[in-house]
Amino acid sequence: MKYTSQAVAKPYFIFALTLLAGEILFGILMGIQYVWGDFLFPLIPFNVLRMVHTNLLIVTLLFGFMGATYYLIPEETESELWSPKLAIITFWIFAAAGVATILGYLFVPYATLTEWTFNNLLPTMGREFLEQPLPTKVGIVIVVLSYILNTAMTILKGRRTVITTVLLTGLLGLAVFFLFAFYVPDNLIQDKFFWWFTVHLWVEATWELILGAILAFVLIKVTGVDREHIDKWLYLIIAMTMVSGILGTGHHFFYMGAPEYWLWIGSISSAVEPLPFLLMILFAFTMARERKIEHKNKMALTWAKGTAVMAFLGAGVWGFFHTLAPVNMYTHGTQLTAAHGHLSFYGAYVMIVFTVISYAMPILRGRPYGNCAKAQKVELASFWMMNIGMVGLTLALSIAGLVQIFDQRVGTNLIGFMDSQESIAGIYMVRLAFGFLVFTGLLTYFYSFFVKEPAVEPAKV
Amino acid sequence: MTERITKSMAKNIYYGGGTFALMIFIALSFDTVHQIPKRSNQQNMTASVVAGKKLWEANDCVGCHTLIGEGAYYAPELMNVFQRRGGGDEGAFKAYMQGWMAAQPLDTPNRRKMPQFHLTDKEVNNLADFLIWTSKVNANEWPPTIEG
Repeated sequence: MKYTSQAVAKPYFIFALTLLAGEILFGILMGIQYVWGDFLFPLIPFNVLRMVHTNLLIVTLLFGFMGATYYLIPEETESELWSPKLAIITFWIFAAAGVATILGYLFVPYATLTEWTFNNLLPTMGREFLEQPLPTKVGIVIVVLSYILNTAMTILKGRRTVITTVLLTGLLGLAVFFLFAFYVPDNLIQDKFFWWFTVHLWVEATWELILGAILAFVLIKVTGVDREHIDKWLYLIIAMTMVSGILGTGHHFFYMGAPEYWLWIGSISSAVEPLPFLLMILFAFTMARERKIEHKNKMALTWAKGTAVMAFLGAGVWGFFHTLAPVNMYTHGTQLTAAHGHLSFYGAYVMIVFTVISYAMPILRGRPYGNCAKAQKVELASFWMMNIGMVGLTLALSIAGLVQIFDQRVGTNLIGFMDSQESIAGIYMVRLAFGFLVFTGLLTYFYSFFVKEPAVEPAKV
Repeated sequence: MTERITKSMAKNIYYGGGTFALMIFIALSFDTVHQIPKRSNQQNMTASVVAGKKLWEANDCVGCHTLIGEGAYYAPELMNVFQRRGGGDEGAFKAYMQGWMAAQPLDTPNRRKMPQFHLTDKEVNNLADFLIWTSKVNANEWPPTIEG
């Protein structure tokens, strides 16, 4: 650790991983309820499980991004963090607000929660992924603003690099587009239209900038490749992201009440969306091949390469499957969307958090050359368990989606939703089994943190 | 391929391309916002429809159902439930909704359960009005079949 203020990243990383465990656990509970409808009912109805599952994911990623930022910004700017104290205060505020919100979902009926949290003053609740009560939403704004302030002030007083610029742009975008979460028109279609400004422009535009910046940082550190070279790649990737991702929002406007021209604009621009992810694979593997140093932390590079591959599969390939308007006519609102959602969030965002933690955490724990060989072996096993689990789960959901389409939407012998779901029960069990594999993989990953270091110092690089 | 592209070229593509895309997006968004009232028959959006939307949100219905294809995939699509369960007849649909909401949760073992939301008759009517209004939105011919 070159700068003492980098240490503030540690609680962020630990909390992000803890929340991730909760996220997967609730995913498994949902997987069970999908097949056995009485499970946990009426104690925790499905919508509550789902809110906890998706909201924990969002908060996991925000904590991961913040930890990553606080770790990399001092090294990039070559100066201490503007205010480590602010970063720690924000950590506790965000953690407390997050936990309180989840407890609210679990122990208070949602309609009551809306009454308790002044939703009648400014109704913002009850929309997918943006279910948070008003005080939580305001809290998120405050936390994100303080996060941006801390990052920007550090950049202002230190060295500016392409990575810091891209990261800061991503953060500003994240903040700006979240503001649409406060705008809920009475007209459902207007509401849906602006809802995507937050949801799509987070995950398919601004977050990709953050992802690109973190990936570039880790690659510089573990490959020793010249920064100029990496900068060019980073610009190319985010250029493709912006060009395709912004107008790619149109692929959500095909069949929700927006005008016809989105059928064309959404199809064409989102057909380009796999390109930045393909570039990301080329980037990661080229840098790995041209590496100037042999970093002892092999797992960091493995996660970095894995992120590029899995993000391409999840966001690129699985996104492309249903992004053309004539196809989307049949896939819209089916399990195929869930399949794409799972693999893309995991491949792009959960994995970049693993990547940066895998690189930074050993250093934060006083192991500049990475964990010992045995710990890395355990981590590698967890890498494969989680990846295979996620791909298996995604394939199962994709098949479920196809069955749904043929049951309900193609041909003349159509059956209803509930009957179709019953015909898919076996596939949902397979999905559940892969979910357990992912959870076991995560527990194995946790275990790798507790593998004892050998008594002898490993040889220096 | 990448050898021929310099860092400053890549940077220009980012700023130029990004700004260009954003400007087109903003322009089209203005047009869309102007077209949506007509496409969604905003003139028919009564106080009851708006109240129904608020109930839809306050009870997090989207946490299980999809509406115009968006939401969770645990329970049926509701954009065309007016046609599917009410046959397109408002009176019949409202009667159906009153019965259906009162009967929840159904006593079928292991069937997915819908919670009992304890809504008043008026509130159920608001929800029905909201779903009837939604069923008439011009969503480019979606959903493809009555089964959603």
